[in-house]
Amino acid sequence: MTGLRRACAVGWRHYLGPMERDKTYDLATGAGLMACPLCDALHVEEDLDPGETARCVRCGTVLAKPRDGAFAQLIALAFTSMVLLVGAVFFPFLEVSTMGFGNASSLFDVALAFADGVLLPLVIAVLAMIIGLPITRSFLLVYTLVPLAQGRPPHRHAARAFRWSEILRPWSMAEIFVIGTAVALVKVAGLATVHLGPAFWAFCALIFVNLASRAFMCQTSIWDAIEDAGVRTTFGPDPVRPQPARTDPPALAHDA
Amino acid sequence: MSAPTDQPAAPVLTAHRAGLIGCHRCGRVWPLEQDRCRRCGAHLVPPDRRGLQKVWAWWLAGIIAYIPANVFPMMSTRTFAGLAGNSEATILGGVMELIHYGSWDIAIIVFVASVIVPVGKFIAIAWLAIVAGRPATTDQAHTRLKIYEVVEFIGRWSMIDVFVVAILSALVQLGFVASIHPGPAAVSFALSVAFTMLSAQSFDARLIWRGLPLRSRR
Repeated sequence: MTGLRRACAVGWRHYLGPMERDKTYDLATGAGLMACPLCDALHVEEDLDPGETARCVRCGTVLAKPRDGAFAQLIALAFTSMVLLVGAVFFPFLEVSTMGFGNASSLFDVALAFADGVLLPLVIAVLAMIIGLPITRSFLLVYTLVPLAQGRPPHRHAARAFRWSEILRPWSMAEIFVIGTAVALVKVAGLATVHLGPAFWAFCALIFVNLASRAFMCQTSIWDAIEDAGVRTTFGPDPVRPQPARTDPPALAHDA
Repeated sequence: MSAPTDQPAAPVLTAHRAGLIGCHRCGRVWPLEQDRCRRCGAHLVPPDRRGLQKVWAWWLAGIIAYIPANVFPMMSTRTFAGLAGNSEATILGGVMELIHYGSWDIAIIVFVASVIVPVGKFIAIAWLAIVAGRPATTDQAHTRLKIYEVVEFIGRWSMIDVFVVAILSALVQLGFVASIHPGPAAVSFALSVAFTMLSAQSFDARLIWRGLPLRSRR
């Protein structure tokens, strides 16, 4: 299994107790520790087996869920979504016809139709949210993950690429667009006959690709893989790396 | 799921309390004086109430944009060169029209997505920002976190109405017979949704847990 070496961990209570003996973390520099992004509870990083899920001891947020071969799956799904999106742009999306007047439109046509209007910013924003950002995210993900899946050091700016992919996540709205289309179809049904084009089905397929991608995505594993594969992230003048391997995990509540 | 509620309220050491700072994006922990996460490059912000200014600013922008979104028409329909009547529909007007045509299900989707969800979000974010950092019990904190997650999840779905207008106006360009044009409300509604999404994103969920007493009094 590539990449997923050091994931995080079981909870860590206030009193260190048995953990003092094996120093895998450093309270002064924060090495080997992980804070829950939602509640700030500290956790000790630890190896997880693929298939295990680590949750925050306090708020229950999923901290890591490494899966076997997740990187390869994510790359494949990113490519799938690129192909679907390119198809979605150029194939006809919907076709209306009424009383002899017909209008087949691909999303590309839509963009062109508004190219001179006052509402151009809106159209650009809409196209960015349904086409631009999903494609960008796929590219960023492939850029980050391909070297990691092959066990090579990550490309330059891989960390930045992955961070942006995460920042853009809420703004890529392909699935919302499909629901919007359904509503629009009902509204237009009384006015004209509508045929669904290939691009519409591409969007429907995209929803499932996104769902699958979300199931395999474990940000912590990817960050750890980027870190372990060579980007220097330790703090201070002398690189203090935590020991990656641990033999006996401390006796703490390990809720699987 | 580690049912955290039935834990004996054990004191949980947070990064903040340990004199460290946790990255809100990748979870890596750094010393307090670090200002950027060296792993993912995100800015490191301590969980304090100053961060709420950003939340309030985006929240206010969202409310301001939501007003014209309801006053101005979302889209205008022209049919038969005006013979069958031109109509301009606001958000509520569009819902009324759908009910009038008998498509209740769609009317409910649109009403929920463009009235209930935005208004509920404004209230929820304001409430979260007001109570953030105030002492709370663990159960209250869990409720607040749940509300925060719902707000984060549901916010994007308000965009449905904008997409509907975009699709309709692109599709129904049948010249003489019928044509639909987007109105100014579409833009301000899109902006309002975007602003409230930003507002929800800038809320630091760690504040929910800040006010918890160090030790439970039970």
